[in-house]
Amino acid sequence: MSLTLMKGSEAIAEAAIRAGARFFFGYPITPQTEIPEYMSARMPEVGGCFLQAESEVAAINMVYGAAGTGARVITSSSSPGVSLKQEGISYCAGAQLPCVILNVMRGGPGLGNIQASQGDYFQGVKGGGNGDYHLLTYAPSSVQEAIDIMMFAFDKAEKYRMPVLFLADGIIAQMMEPVEMPEMVDFKVDPEKKPWACTGWKPGDDPEKRGVINSIYIDTESLTVHNAKLQAVYAEARKNEQMWECYKTEDAEIVVTAFGTVARIVKTVVDQMRAEGHKVGLFRPISVWPFPYDALAETCCAPQVKAVLDVEVNEGQMLEDVKLAIEGRKPVQFFGHLGSQFPTTAEIKEKILEMKEGK
Amino acid sequence: MAVVFEKTKLLTDKPFHYCPGCNHGIIHRLVAESVDELIQEGKLEEGNVIAVAPVGCSVFAYDYFNMDAYEAAHGRAPAVATGAKRSKPDTLVFTYQGDGDLASIGTAEVVHAAHRGEKICTIFVNNAIYGMTGGQMAPTTLVGQKTTTSPKGRDEAWCGAPIKMSEMLAEVPGSYYIERCAVNNNANILKTKKAIKKAFQYQLDGKGFCLIEVLSTCPTNWGLSPVEAMKWLEENMIPYYPLGVKKDKGAE
Repeated sequence: MSLTLMKGSEAIAEAAIRAGARFFFGYPITPQTEIPEYMSARMPEVGGCFLQAESEVAAINMVYGAAGTGARVITSSSSPGVSLKQEGISYCAGAQLPCVILNVMRGGPGLGNIQASQGDYFQGVKGGGNGDYHLLTYAPSSVQEAIDIMMFAFDKAEKYRMPVLFLADGIIAQMMEPVEMPEMVDFKVDPEKKPWACTGWKPGDDPEKRGVINSIYIDTESLTVHNAKLQAVYAEARKNEQMWECYKTEDAEIVVTAFGTVARIVKTVVDQMRAEGHKVGLFRPISVWPFPYDALAETCCAPQVKAVLDVEVNEGQMLEDVKLAIEGRKPVQFFGHLGSQFPTTAEIKEKILEMKEGK
Repeated sequence: MAVVFEKTKLLTDKPFHYCPGCNHGIIHRLVAESVDELIQEGKLEEGNVIAVAPVGCSVFAYDYFNMDAYEAAHGRAPAVATGAKRSKPDTLVFTYQGDGDLASIGTAEVVHAAHRGEKICTIFVNNAIYGMTGGQMAPTTLVGQKTTTSPKGRDEAWCGAPIKMSEMLAEVPGSYYIERCAVNNNANILKTKKAIKKAFQYQLDGKGFCLIEVLSTCPTNWGLSPVEAMKWLEENMIPYYPLGVKKDKGAE
C-alpha cells in the first residue's frame, strides 16, 4: 500500500476522475475552489471536460445535460452555491439522472462565513429543492473515506438512477491527509445499460428507447405513477444503502452521535475518557440519507445506555433524526456550536461529565 | 402514385396542444424539416440530434420532436444544451425557447452560451407575452400592450422598454449567426426555414452560437382572432423588432 499526502479537495477530485467522471461543471466558491482548479488541469489529461459555468444554476443544468447522455458527471460547490443548485437538483431527481454533487459546507445562513460548518444537513437530507425526492447522501469523516465513497458513488447513482450528494464539511476539503488512491476505473457509456439516455435514437427505433429527459407529468394520474416509482426506488435504497460506524459502543453508558469531522473529534474524546474509566462510545452515520435509524436505535437504546449526546456544528439538525430513531426511549442531549466553531475535545468531555452527574 | 409531400418523420404523431392560430406548429415543422433535410443531404447522421424544450407554451416540444430530447428547467435550456453538446460534440443540439423563458428568467444562460461560443442553436419564439401562464407581461411586451399584469398597457417609465434579444446577443463576441424572422406569410416562412437550416449547418461546421428569433402571434392571450393577430404582428411587432440578419460571421 502506498500512501500519498493530499489535500482533501484535490483527493476527492482525483477520486471522481478515477471513478469515471469525465465532465465537471462548476463555479468558484470558498472553501471548495481547489476542486474546480484541480479539475481544470486534470480533466484534459484524461480526455474529459472541465467547464467553468456562469453560475451554480447553470452548472447544475449543464450536469443535467451531460448526465442525460449517460456520461459520469460531477459538480461541486459550497453552501450558498448549493442553495443555487437546488432547482437543478430537484430536476435531476425528478428526471432520475445519475450524477454526483459535492457540498463542501461552510457557515450560513446567507453568506455566513467561509469556515467549515455542518449547517446544510437539513438541506441535504430533508429536501432542498421542491417535491418528494431524496438524494443518496454521504457524510465522510476523513479524506480517505471521501475517496472510498466516491469510488462507488457513480455505481450507486446509476443503480438507483438518483443523484448522490456528498455532505462534507470544509475541514474535509481543506486538510491534508495521507491517502491511498485507487486505480482508474474503465468506464464507457453503454446505451444498452442506459436505455433512458440520449444516445442517438432515430425514428424507426423502439419508441420506448427514445431518450426523453424530463420531470413534467402534467396529469395527476401520470405524476402519481411517476412519484410512486421514485418512492419505490427510495424504499430500495433505504433497505440496502444505510452505512454507519459504531465505535466502542458495546458497553457504552453514554453514546455520542456525530457525523463528518465532528465524529473524529468525538472519537478522540471516547479514547480519552475510556482511558479514564468512562464507558463512552460513538455512533456515526456515514449515509445520512438513508439515515440508519434502526442501527442507531439498537445502539443507543441498549439496556446499559443511560443517555445519548448529539454533537454537531449547527443548531441541532441531525438531532431530529437521532430523536426520531430513539423515540423517547433514552434521554437525548445536544451540544453544538454555531458560526463554524468546531467543539474541542475538552468541551465535549465536560458536557459528558455533566451528563454523568445527572445534569 | 408518386409521393410529392409527406409529413417529416422527425415530428411525432402526437397532436399539438397549441391554440388555434398559434405559430408554434409552423415553427416546429420548419425545425423538424430542416433537420430532416440535413440528414437526407448526408450532412447529418440519423439519430445525431437532440432537442431541448423550455418551460412555456412549448414545454411539451420534447413530445413533438421525434428525436432524443430534454425538458429543461425554466430558462436553463442553453445550459442543458451545453452539457449535452460537450458530451456529444458530433450531435446537432438545439434549444427551443419562448420569450419569457429566454428573455427573462434565462438571460444569464443564453448570454453565456453565446459568450462561450457554445456550438448549439437556439430557436427563440417571441410572441411578446407569457402564453402558458395566461397572458402576463414579458420583457418583450410592447409599450402600451395590455396584458394581465399590465392591465393599463405596458408603461415604459415603470417597467422599461421591450428588450431586443437578437440585437443584444449580436453584440456578444462569441455569437456567430443571429437572425430575426417571422412566419406571417409564405415568403417569410420560407426565409425562416432557410435561416434555421443555415444555423444548423453552421453548427455542423463547428461554428459558434447561432440564434434564430421568430416573431410569433398569440391570438388567445392577445384577445384577437388568428387573422387579426397576424395583422397586429405586422403593424406593431415588426416595426419594433425589425426582421433580418443581425450578425453572420460566416458571411463576413
